[in-house]
Amino acid sequence: MRDLMPGQQRWVAALAETPLKAVDVLDTEAPPESQWKEAWKRLRRNPLFWMSSVLLALLAVVLAVPGLFTDADPTFCQLSDSLANGRAGHPFGFDKQGCDVWSRTLYGARASVLVGVLTTLLVATIGIVTGAIAGFYGTFPDSIVSRLGDIFFAIPLLLAAIVTLSIFNNLNPDRGFWGGCLAIVFTLALFAWPQITRQMRASVLQVKNLEFVDAAKAIGASPRVNLLRHVVPNSLAPVIVTSMISLGVFITTEATLSFLGLGLPSSVVSWGNDISAAQNLVRSGQDLSVMFVPASALAITVLAFILLGDAVRDALDPKAGKS
Amino acid sequence: MSERQPLLEVRDLDVAFRVNKQDVPAVRGANLTVHPGQTVAIVGESGSGKSTMAHAIIGLLPGTGHVTGGEILFEGKDIATARKKDIVALRGASIGLVPQDPMSNLNPMWRVGSQIKESLKANGIASGKVADRRVVELLEEAGLPEAQRRARQFPHEFSGGMRQRALIAMGLAARPKLLIADEPTSALDVTVQKQILDHLDTLTDELGVAVLLITHDLGLAAERADHLVVMYKGRIVESGPALEILQDPHHPYTQRLVASAPSLASQRLSSLEHRAEVREQAQRSAVQVAAVGDEAGAPPDDVITVQNLSKVFRLPGSSPFRKTDFLAVDDVSFSLRRGTTTAIVGESGSGKSTVARMVLGLLEPTSGTVTFDGVDVSDIGSRADKLALRRRMQPVFQNPYASLDPMYSVYRSIEEPLRTHDIGSSKEREARVRDLLEKVSLPASVMRRFPNELSGGQRQRVAIARALALEPEVVICDEAVSALDVLVQAQILTLLNDLQAELGLSYLFITHDLAVVRQIADDVLVMQNGKVVEAAPVETVFESPREDYTRALLDAIPGGSIPLGVVEAGDDLPRRGLDD
Repeated sequence: MRDLMPGQQRWVAALAETPLKAVDVLDTEAPPESQWKEAWKRLRRNPLFWMSSVLLALLAVVLAVPGLFTDADPTFCQLSDSLANGRAGHPFGFDKQGCDVWSRTLYGARASVLVGVLTTLLVATIGIVTGAIAGFYGTFPDSIVSRLGDIFFAIPLLLAAIVTLSIFNNLNPDRGFWGGCLAIVFTLALFAWPQITRQMRASVLQVKNLEFVDAAKAIGASPRVNLLRHVVPNSLAPVIVTSMISLGVFITTEATLSFLGLGLPSSVVSWGNDISAAQNLVRSGQDLSVMFVPASALAITVLAFILLGDAVRDALDPKAGKS
Repeated sequence: MSERQPLLEVRDLDVAFRVNKQDVPAVRGANLTVHPGQTVAIVGESGSGKSTMAHAIIGLLPGTGHVTGGEILFEGKDIATARKKDIVALRGASIGLVPQDPMSNLNPMWRVGSQIKESLKANGIASGKVADRRVVELLEEAGLPEAQRRARQFPHEFSGGMRQRALIAMGLAARPKLLIADEPTSALDVTVQKQILDHLDTLTDELGVAVLLITHDLGLAAERADHLVVMYKGRIVESGPALEILQDPHHPYTQRLVASAPSLASQRLSSLEHRAEVREQAQRSAVQVAAVGDEAGAPPDDVITVQNLSKVFRLPGSSPFRKTDFLAVDDVSFSLRRGTTTAIVGESGSGKSTVARMVLGLLEPTSGTVTFDGVDVSDIGSRADKLALRRRMQPVFQNPYASLDPMYSVYRSIEEPLRTHDIGSSKEREARVRDLLEKVSLPASVMRRFPNELSGGQRQRVAIARALALEPEVVICDEAVSALDVLVQAQILTLLNDLQAELGLSYLFITHDLAVVRQIADDVLVMQNGKVVEAAPVETVFESPREDYTRALLDAIPGGSIPLGVVEAGDDLPRRGLDD
């Protein structure tokens, strides 16, 4: 043995300073907490979440009782009021047809948000079901779903919607409120599902190889039970986030289609229709507020959903994104 | 006395991480001295602060970590308070680093040679053609054959061991005086680990480089280092000459570590006579069960018999629509005697886990048979019979973080097998879950908790409870303790051993760690590249192995050759440290 070098003599810490703890003790003090509870805790700490929640809560109130914020009827229009400036009870004035701008914006939220929410629900349902089947069973079902998805994925959403909706319009120009909304919902869902399907499939492929799935198989759980009880619940998080963000995208797409005159029938009060009607005014520089109010409402709503999606993603997957 | 000037001296070092605007200490009052040319090892479990200390020395503390007190003297100069620029100049040139994970520490987009050249350029040692030549020399020096060609390859063309050699070449590129090796081989197979550490030893000896080795493996540390520092919960509990600490640990924590380290202890957890009793008991109860049923004759002594089992995987070949066959398991036969443990040992890619999955029925064998209690498993047709077989054979998997459904509470996880098999009313099931938790020494209050709140060892206990819920006869443990810290690993092994005695279980124990095998197995199967190399009782394998490969595996157990149990002799040794 070589001589001990300075500073390397045998040294033992006093036991009082380094008390020995039992190996692997369970902390029984803290209350039990599931993953969801932990995610909720993280979500609560995020200012983005509160900002978007306040906006969305406000939006919900507008949707439920728009009459709270205005006494004017959005469909009561007098040409004598055409492009009149704001006055008591009509804060943002009137559009070219003499309808109250503020009232139309408040009532127009219904159609836009309804289209966004319904499309998202439909797309998520189709995507989750097809993605789960493709990812879990593989082989033949996977080939069908994936190739079909590839085909639809290759078609630009807006272009496909324009073509499909112009066919609808030719068949039945005035479909009323529900008919108009549902036509857009089905059209968008038809071309938008592959995104969620792909994500769900990838997520399922990852989860189905985890050991707890094998453990359930070894217990004797059937593939279907395994898929529904273990694989799908553990694969949903990324799909939830994408759905929230795409909700905003669907609202914008509806507005774009209505702007182009292909979305909701002109009889339906909606942001897209109002923006479309106001475009000439902006071009000729006559009145900016007629477009500004519905456009802002649209932007704020979409922003609120996207912010919420971001906040939820940070809460579900704290390691991704910020350091 | 200039030669006695230490290269690195850490004095009363405190390191903390900022969490929610508060300093959470990670290292407290640590002292450490490294002399030129020495190898010093820091040993500790995960979370002991050993890596944090290493990162503090090289100024690479992650995230919110910062030095809150004490000093780090490198050649007499304090680098804890030095300016960032000075530390950057020191890194690479004077202090090299070999990082932990060879898989993620090389940039996959760059040729290996270019990455080493980068470190030559960054330290202003060489550039251009000269640097290229130097890179090849460095790789050769690190023990890579055909260095010229290898330098032009990408990391994905390298095996884990080769990557680690490339990282060593990088760490030593600028000829530092101190090399910090943070768990340099923990991701590698034991035989590769031994080769690499042997090579690192000779290389640093030749170059006169001091090495600060960070490891969780006490045996490995004692074998490789002159001086040992044991860390526990952010504090150093004991330090001194490596052999002395190992043979005569003073601090209770070190004593615990020495007692638990499988590479050092390595004796069957219970005596031979006791084992025989367990076996007889298991056989007796099997006969009783058979007598109750109408089956003719006594059940066979072997609960599982595997004959000529093979598995071929079809992998994508060199061109589209072409598949190549990969023989993962090649003609494996063995049997598992009732009430005993058969261990399958092998390195990564040996096919040991594939065998386990085929026995479990999670994977269809390409050829060969698995016989459970005299019945060929592939003959079982009806779903009811298959379910019945499932009840008698249950797995415990490797990864404690993936083997429990994160959405399920502990209660639901353990109850699931009972519910799947429609056993008992919900009241009875709850009583059974309580009972099972008690068997694996967890409090009943853990039922309402979720896996994310439990440690790795606790999760593994829950997984064992789930496996036992159906009262199986056979439990298949696939690397069930490999991911755990030594002390926790020792606890779980003891638990498995006690449960075997109590319930007459038979274990098929899959592991890469021969040291663990000696603690738990009766029979051993050594596998290499899909084939069984050696099959024998555990004593035979350890005392007179027949095959070279088995011997190589045994030699590679870190610290396996260090004599223990010389505590008295150690006490008689003059304490040179005290009168220095």
